[in-house]
This record gives sequence, structure tokens and C-alpha cells, in this order.
Amino acid sequence: MPRVPGTKTGRNAELGLLALAMIIVAAYGATVEANQFDKITPTFWVPAALLSALFVALHLVVRFTALYADPVLIPTVALINGLGVGFLRRLDLARAIAQKQPEPGIFAGVGGRQLAWTLAALVLAAVLLIVIRDHKTVSRYAYTLGLVGIVLVMIPAVLPASISEINGARLWIRIGSFSIQPGEFAKLALVSFFAYYLVRKREVLSLASRRVLGVDFPRGRDLGPVITVWMLSLLVLVFEKDLGTALLYFGLFVVTLYVATERVSWLIIGLVMFFGGVYVAYLLGASVGGPFANFYDRATVWLDPFAAENYNRVGGSYQLVQSLLGLGTGGLFGTGPGAGSPSKVPEVRTDFIFAGMGEEIGLFGLSALLICYLLIVERGLRAALGVRDSFGKLVAGGLAFTLGLQVFVILGGITGLIPLTGQTTPFLSAGGSSLMANWLLIAMLLRISDAGRRPASGGPAPSSGGPKQPPAQLHGAMTEVIKP
Amino acid sequence: MPEFVLTVARFGFLILLWIFVFTVVGVIRKDLFAGVRSKSLVASPRGVGGVVPQGRPAKAKRGKAARQLVVTAGQLAGTKITLGEAQITIGRAEDSTLVITDDFASARHARLVPRDGQWFVEDLGSTNGTYLDRGKVSGPTPVPLGVPIRIGRTSLELRP
Repeated sequence: MPRVPGTKTGRNAELGLLALAMIIVAAYGATVEANQFDKITPTFWVPAALLSALFVALHLVVRFTALYADPVLIPTVALINGLGVGFLRRLDLARAIAQKQPEPGIFAGVGGRQLAWTLAALVLAAVLLIVIRDHKTVSRYAYTLGLVGIVLVMIPAVLPASISEINGARLWIRIGSFSIQPGEFAKLALVSFFAYYLVRKREVLSLASRRVLGVDFPRGRDLGPVITVWMLSLLVLVFEKDLGTALLYFGLFVVTLYVATERVSWLIIGLVMFFGGVYVAYLLGASVGGPFANFYDRATVWLDPFAAENYNRVGGSYQLVQSLLGLGTGGLFGTGPGAGSPSKVPEVRTDFIFAGMGEEIGLFGLSALLICYLLIVERGLRAALGVRDSFGKLVAGGLAFTLGLQVFVILGGITGLIPLTGQTTPFLSAGGSSLMANWLLIAMLLRISDAGRRPASGGPAPSSGGPKQPPAQLHGAMTEVIKP
Repeated sequence: MPEFVLTVARFGFLILLWIFVFTVVGVIRKDLFAGVRSKSLVASPRGVGGVVPQGRPAKAKRGKAARQLVVTAGQLAGTKITLGEAQITIGRAEDSTLVITDDFASARHARLVPRDGQWFVEDLGSTNGTYLDRGKVSGPTPVPLGVPIRIGRTSLELRP
């Protein structure tokens, strides 16, 4: 892609920020070793150097395929991803010391596997950037993607529990010691489908309405798709026993709908429907039990985690209490990387990784990480504002919102703000599916932000050589702006 | 390891984290105000710099390079296009740079062309015409900054 002379691409800023992020990851590794071994080994920089090589490779791919992409996304995500790898490696080191084993190799243990997953995720992101040169091409496969998304969500629910169930939630496909979480990838497919559907139906949804109490409410017949998705997410809630994922899909749909139509009434309808559904599920769990029992359990644990009967029960509030105590021990500045005892928190590698890190870096460090997430979401929304086609706007807005909502669901869970549900913390938790899906999400945001930031070239975005493609239907969609 | 070194490492790491956050915010900030402050973000049509007459600050606005095309009225109000060195086509056709869905706009309605540091608006034989401020555009007409170009219900302006 040729660079328009005299324009700023932001690529050098990206490289600089990336270097800073990797210095922080190396500093984290060094501090961990200083606290764990009482000395800094000569190889403390190796994981950070390997990560740097990977991220710089992605940076080069961006230079060649998405020259004008947002410069902030990659470094911020790289920092979170790198600290995740560092923290998992720190857990491996602690275990090796406790069991009097030698220091684990770079690719050994959970930290090493996370490093390998990062490699795989970055390769996928690079492939997406290379293959999809114009985000509008995705809209041609929207219905296929929608079907794929629903199938991915449904697979764990129909598989026998022995394959799909871990800790009471059925979200996985397990083959031997290897497990993938198809729901993570479903997010991407569903966002693309929702965006395409809403670009086509937007006029109907936003024009025909009745005015009640100063808010425009849509006609009953237009509620069809919303009710379908609502039912679907409640089915997920009941059969996969996972409130977080249900909230994620439903919230995603409602927000895309809101962005497409600029109608506050959709948000009101969505919130009322979701909380209504959850409350009914809670009451059903209390009286009938059955498929709602798990949800009722989680809600009671959330309402009073320190009650003795909740704490002592199997599957009770033990996890949540340990997480809260860990965060409390950390206090304002934390115990220092490597000086805490995160192994006391259950599931500290996946769901509770933020509690484990919080003990060591304190509120001060956690807020910095949270702001990094906030900045990623903000850049995603900025890409949505910048790009000129409706499909791109809805996809970027939807993806950015999903990421933010997922961080909210898991962090709200481990801090006791909302009932705890097993979501991964994007880019931080151990797990390949989550890492790969979220890096794909970032690649898509990079692609869209590139389209939005490129200076106008007098025509549509250049297709990657070859004969001129016939315009996809969405090229005809009107150009407009999502009002802030 | 002496306690002192560990304390320095612990707080040093947190400070580094926040330095990163603020650096990122700085980059974003520069990006936000790019159209207003940065002189080199987008190429202006060549030869603009020297046109400004000396000692006439009141009219300096006229000599400034147009960097953005802003839609001020109509369905697309708020849309901004950063100007490069290529022409901007406006119309309902899908391949226009600015696609407007205005009942009074033609498929290929008008175009904006940079020539010797000045942007010119040219009507492409539209049904309802293109207006620069109040006057109808018949041939290539230079567009001063901040003067509305009207196409149907849509209004556009060049901004520095």
C-alpha cells in the first residue's frame, strides 16, 4: 500500500511504544526473579526478548498491509499479553522452587505454553491482516459467519458433559489434555453477522416506532430478532450454566442495535429483558432447581461470600473469598512482583489471574492495567468513528464493546460486584483459545482503523491488485456517523 | 538481594507501568488534535505556504491550506474527510469518495480538485446543481476556507 507523501502513519510511534512495553515486561521478569531467587539470573530477559521478536514481526506485517492502522493498539495489547506470560512464568518458578526442581525452561510449564500460544495467536492475526485487505469483504460471508457462530456456541451444550464440562460450566471441547473454548471464536463471527444484519434492517428498526413517555419504542414485530437472541442467550445460560457468556452475547447484540439505530429505547428494553430473565432464573433456581440450580448457587455466593455456610460448601464462596483476600493483601502498592503468594487463590492461572496479579502489583498497578484495557476499547470505538462505511462502524464498535464487556464481567466477578462467572481475562489468562480469538479481534480493529485513518485517495480503498471486484452490496450502504 | 533494591524494583515497575500509560495517552492526544495543531499530518496541495501575503494577518485564513472536508449539514453532518492530494468525488454512486444519500443529489454530482494549492469545486452535470455559498457553480470554481458548498440538503466546508 503506497504511503501518501507528507502524511503521518503512526508506525514509528507504535514501534517506540512497543519497545517501552517490552522493557516493562523485562523489568517485571527481573523483579520476579529478584524476589523469588534472591538474585537475577543471566537469562531473565529471554522471554521478553522472544516476545519482542514476535511483536516486532507483527509490527512489520502491519507496516506492509495496514500502513495507517492505529498505533496504540499493538503496544497496549502487547504489554498486557507480555505481563500475562510473565505472571504465568512466575507461578511456574514458584512451584519449581517449592518442589526443589531446577528452574523451568523458557517453553516449559504454563508460562512457556502461553508463550507458544502467543506465537500462534500472532501468526493468526498476521494471516488475517494479509488475507483480508478490505474489511467490507467480510460482509459477503455474513450469513455463513452467523451460522458458524451459533454452531460454535451450541457445540458444548450438546456434547456430553464428560467432554465439555469443567468446574460446572460447559464451555469447552476437550480432547485428551487439549481443550478449546469455541465460544471465544463465536464472538467474532457473531459480531460480523449482527453488523451485516443491522446495516440491512436499520431503517425499519429506527424509523417505525411509537412514542411512549418521550422515548421511541420500536414496533412489536421488529422485536423479533432481539427476542430470538435473548432466548438463545438464556438457553446458553441454562444449558452451559454460564451467566457471563450469556451476558456477553446479549449485551453485544443490544449495543450493536443501539449503535445502528441511535435509539436509547433498545438499551432500556435490553437491560429490562436481561435483568428480568436473570431474576426469573434466580427464582426458578430457588424453587425448582434443575438446570437453574447452578445459577442460584452462584447468586447466593455472591450475595454473602463470607457467610459460613457459603464458605464451607463445596463449590461455594471459597474461590471468591480467596480472591478478595488476595486483592486486600495487595493493598495500594502490592507486595511487589514475585513477592506475594498467588498460589493461595484457586484458578489463579485463568479466571482469577487479575486477583493473583493484584496481590503483587496492588491497586496502583491494577489501575494501570485497567486503563490499558480502557485505551484498547477507546481505540476500537475511535476506529468505528473514523471508518466511513456502516458495516465497518458496527463491526469495530461491536468488537470494542465485547472486549470491554468481557473485562467487566470477569473483573466484576472476582471483585464481588456481580455474580462470578468463568470468563477469561482477555490477553492475560492462560489459554490458547482466548488469546487467539482476542488477537484476531485486534487484527480486525487494526484493519478497520487503517481504512478509517487513510487519507482520502479519490476513490474507494484500493483492492489488492487484480481485476476490479464488483462492489459488495454493502458498498451501497450509506456513509454516516455514529453520533457520540 | 538487599531490601532496598527490592523496594526500588517494586515501585520502579509501577512507575514504568504508569509512564507507559501516559505515553500512550500522549500519542492518542496528538492524534486527537492532529487536524488542529499538526502542520505536517496531511499533505496540503503544493505551493500553499508561499501564497500568504506578508503582514496581513486578517486575511491569513484564506492562504492556509485546507486539510479537511467537513460535512456541516444534511444526513452526514459531522463527517470529516482528511484531504490528501487526490480529488474528492461527491455523489450517490457507490464509488464516490463521499457517498451522500440525498434525494436531490445525482449519482456523480460534483468533485473537488486541488490545483496549485487551491481546491476547486466542479459540477459534473448534476440535475439540481451545486452551489458555492449562494452562487451556482458552472465551471471549476476556487473554494475558500469555510465557505459552504451546498449539494441538495447537504453542506460541505473546507477547514484548515
